[in-house]
Parts: sequence; structure tokens; C-alpha cells
Amino acid sequence: MALATLFLIFAGGMVTSTGSGLAVPDWPLSYGMLFPPMVGGIFYEHGHRMIAGVVGLLIGGLAIWLLRSEPRRWVRRLGVAAALAVIVQALLGGLTVLLLLPDAVSISHAALAQIVFCLTVTIAVATSSGWRAAGETDETNAVDRTARTGDGILPTADLASTARWAAMTTGLIYLQILLGAVMRHTGAGLAIPDFPLSYGRIVPASLVGGIGIHFAHRVGALVVTLVVVLLALRVWRRHRQDGWLIRPVAALLALLAIQIALGAMTIWTVKAPVPTSLHVACGAAALAMSLIVTLRMYRRGSVGVLSAAQLDARVGTFVERAAPQAARNFSI
Amino acid sequence: MRRVRLFLPLGLFVLLSGCGGSSKSPATDDSATGSRGKSPNATAVPLTVVDPATAGSIAGLITFEGTPPAEKLIDMKGDPACGRAHRDRMYTETAVVHGGKVQWAFVRISAGLEGKTFGVPAEPVVMDQSGCLYSPHLVGAVIGQVFRVLNSDETLHNVHAVCSANKAFNMAMPLKGMKQEKQFSAEEMVHLKCDVHPWMSAWVGVCENPYYAVSGADGGYTIRNVPPGSYTLEAWHETFGRQTMPITVDPSGAATADFTFKAAS
Repeated sequence: MALATLFLIFAGGMVTSTGSGLAVPDWPLSYGMLFPPMVGGIFYEHGHRMIAGVVGLLIGGLAIWLLRSEPRRWVRRLGVAAALAVIVQALLGGLTVLLLLPDAVSISHAALAQIVFCLTVTIAVATSSGWRAAGETDETNAVDRTARTGDGILPTADLASTARWAAMTTGLIYLQILLGAVMRHTGAGLAIPDFPLSYGRIVPASLVGGIGIHFAHRVGALVVTLVVVLLALRVWRRHRQDGWLIRPVAALLALLAIQIALGAMTIWTVKAPVPTSLHVACGAAALAMSLIVTLRMYRRGSVGVLSAAQLDARVGTFVERAAPQAARNFSI
Repeated sequence: MRRVRLFLPLGLFVLLSGCGGSSKSPATDDSATGSRGKSPNATAVPLTVVDPATAGSIAGLITFEGTPPAEKLIDMKGDPACGRAHRDRMYTETAVVHGGKVQWAFVRISAGLEGKTFGVPAEPVVMDQSGCLYSPHLVGAVIGQVFRVLNSDETLHNVHAVCSANKAFNMAMPLKGMKQEKQFSAEEMVHLKCDVHPWMSAWVGVCENPYYAVSGADGGYTIRNVPPGSYTLEAWHETFGRQTMPITVDPSGAATADFTFKAAS
């Protein structure tokens, strides 16, 4: 499900990158049809709609499945939230077409896409065998991790602190993606035509209009890189024997490196559609990986001092607090 | 309730975002000068009568100095119906220069006619979509005049007008033989494009008065039936930019105004 949503984000990126956002002027039908000829820009725009339809149905099915079979209330709520979010996302997609791609609606569409993706990722993590195993370990062994510092696993309080750092990283990556969406939909993607310098300088002489937006995205990339590297160092120093934590951090570092390379390629290829859309998708993947690190940190940080039910409640509380906060960030 | 709080800001955000463009309605007054269309002004302003006996003309040549940018080869592989419509290679028309003569420049009287009101031509301005190209590439239209778009192709098009002073639109034209009509309400150069076929690009020069012309393949243009007076003449080209010059049209006179665009240094 999460991978399908990521592919949908890539397809959405291709719509914008090929300038096909208005290739189909009507909505919800396409030229009054369910299946118009898939020529030119229609291939990207209608293709995006078809993929979105499939993902929407899958998320709806997932929500129903969770409501019927998932014992944890917060996971059931996540399923419902994902289903509602994907409906709003579809409406935003239709609105942006009917209103001729106003920046605010297009940016909202891009921002909510990331939230839908994060919801599917959180559901995937919470229903994974690794997540359950962490809880089962706690219940069966009742081991307090504060007593296991000799294994290289630090006390729970330290894990909680790292989890907060990971949560901040996730928030920063989301803000950076929002900044990218603003840059993309206001046509500032090539406002600075060179890379890594900006008009041959570290800081461009002028920051007016699109240059300011574009440069802010580059500064944001630097900040995110710094924060991710610090997170990785922290996890490496304190939790390197815990593969369940270190693996997603390593993946996050790899995604970050790929993302920077794709950003450079976007400039050097003058926004060729494929690298530009991969940059969008890779950004979403990095956000998801950071979210996975965060969720696992919270999960691991609680194991040993809380029962499995309490663990779920704690993570559920985190998710329920984070969702409205994300919505507030998104609406600014 | 928590869900409501989550999505309420989003809904308000979307509703308040709005869409640019003017919502001014086209003119509604009847013409009194032989033009059977609508007047560009909403109030009942007497139309200016142009005496054919004293009216003059403005003619000239649009030229280019230096090496013009090369036109790009159009790749129509994305839609086989477009490719079938052409035997020859097709190129974009963003900088058409033949022997230094510039085609597709838009020349108009941009100042000097203030306070005068002219009727809106009754006949529509027509632009066709043929062979997945706009034909012609550039037309002029008076505010309130009917702008008619045709689809002569076996494939579908969308007609997307990029405007700032006018209300933008995006029309679906999925069938061969379809016809859509629009009217513009403010002066500007309106860019038309088809997002299905990204090479398709055309312009509509929307004017308050009927004194405009489009340069031909020989770079020449002529504006006829101009009332005597002193004006500012403007030449606009989508790639080369905009130039103006003062000009005086004597009674029954033939004024000449040549414009020269230069390659960017």
C-alpha cells in the first residue's frame, strides 16, 4: 500500500514535470469519458487519475479491514484518517484542475499527498511483524532495558530523547518538502540555474521572488542534511547493535544522498521530467524513512518499562498529537 | 470532532485561495457605426465615427538584426494522429525570420486613442487546430469580439488560455469539428496552449481598438482606416520583446513605421 502511494506521488510528479496538469480540462471525467485516448499529456494526467483511483480503493479497503480486524483503536483510527485524507486529496486534485492550477490548491494537493503517504507508512509499520515482536519481547521477558546497558543499548530515557530528535527530523523533512512544493508550483524550480553555486556565488546577490523561494529550498536541504547526519551519528554511537533501529537510519542516509544527487540533476538537466519526478518521490521516501525511524525509536524506547498495550497507547497518543500538528503546519 | 478540526483549516485554505483573473464581463452596448457587434464599454458612450475620406494608414516592416534563435523541431510521436497529419518536419513558430524579415509580430496603436470608442467587429476571430498546430499562430481581437476556436483534428485538444488581465480558461475539445467561443474583456497578449500537445502555442492580441495588424512572412504589416492623429505605435513579438515609437497619421495619409529587433548581445 505504501509503495503504491509512493508510485502515485511519482506519477503526480510526472504530471507537473511534463506540464500536463491541465491536459484534461474536466474532472472527475476526462473529456467526458472514463478512458480518453492516452495521447500526449493525457497519458500523464489521466494515468495519474487511474493510479490514484486504484490507491484510493486500496486505502478504502485497508480502512475497512482495519475496522473489522484490528484490535488497537489508534491503528483503526489511522485507517479511517487515511481513507478520509485520500478522499480530500482526490477533491483537491479535481479542484486544482477545475480552477486551472492555482498555486495554493496545487501546493495543498502536494502537501496532503505526503500526509496520506505517511499514514499508509505508519499503518504498515504498526502492523508489521517487527512492531509486534517488539511488544511480544516486552511481554514475555519483561526486561527493563535500563538493565541492559552492557549490550550497548542505552536506557529508555536516552531512547526517548533520540526519538524526539527523530521526530524533529521528520517534521523538518516535511517542511522541506512543503518548500519544494511551493518552489515547484510557483515556477521557481529553475530560478537559480546553477548548482551547487547560486549564480556563481554561495548566496545569490538577489533573493527576490522565485530566487528567494529556490534558495530557501537549498538552505532547507542543508539543514535537513545536517540534522539527519546528527541523528545518524547519535543512533550509531548509542544504538548501533540494534539492527531494528540502525537499518532505517542507514536507509535514510542513502536516500538523502540520492535525493541531493537528484536535486542536482534536476538543475543540470533543466528539469527533465524523470529526474525531477524522482526527486519528488525520493523526498517522500526520505520522509517515510525518517518517520519509520521515529516510530521505531518510540517503540523501542518504551519496551521494557511498559506493557505492549501501554506501548501502543503511547505511540497512538504520539500519532494522534502529531496529526493535528501536521494539519496545522499544512494549512499555514 | 478531532477530524473536523484537522480538515477544517484545509477546507478554508482551499476556499480562500481563489483563482486569478478578471471577472469583468464583455461589453454589451450596440454599435452605431456599421459594426454590428457589441461595444467594448459597459456604459452608453457614443461611438467614434471615422471618416473614410480622411482616414489614413500605417504600414511598415518588421526586421531582425543578427542571428535569430533556431526554431525547434517538433516531435509529434506522443500522438500518432498528429504525426499522420504532416509529411514534412514541423518546427515551432516562436521566432520565424526569413531573410531578416520577422513574421508573427503584433503591431497596434497603444496610445493616442484614449476617450474614443469603437464598435466591436461582428465577425468572429477564428483560430483552428489543424495538424496539431494552431492556425494562425497569432491573431488580434477587439475586447468583446467573439473568439472562435475550431478543432479540425482527428485527436483531442485542450485550449488553455494563460491570462493575467482576462479570466483564464481551459476548454476541452475532444471531437473533430468542435467549435468553442470565448470573449476577452481586457487588453493583453493572451497565450494559448494545448497541454496534451506541449508544442502547440499561439497568441491572441486583445485590443481596445481595431487598429492592429500582424506581420506576414515578408515582415510587412498594414493598419488601415486610421483616423488622423498622433499615436504611439507598439510592436510586440513573443521572443524578441516589445518596442514603441511615436507616429503621426495625416488626413488621408500613409504613415510608415519600421521596427527592428536585435539579437541579444
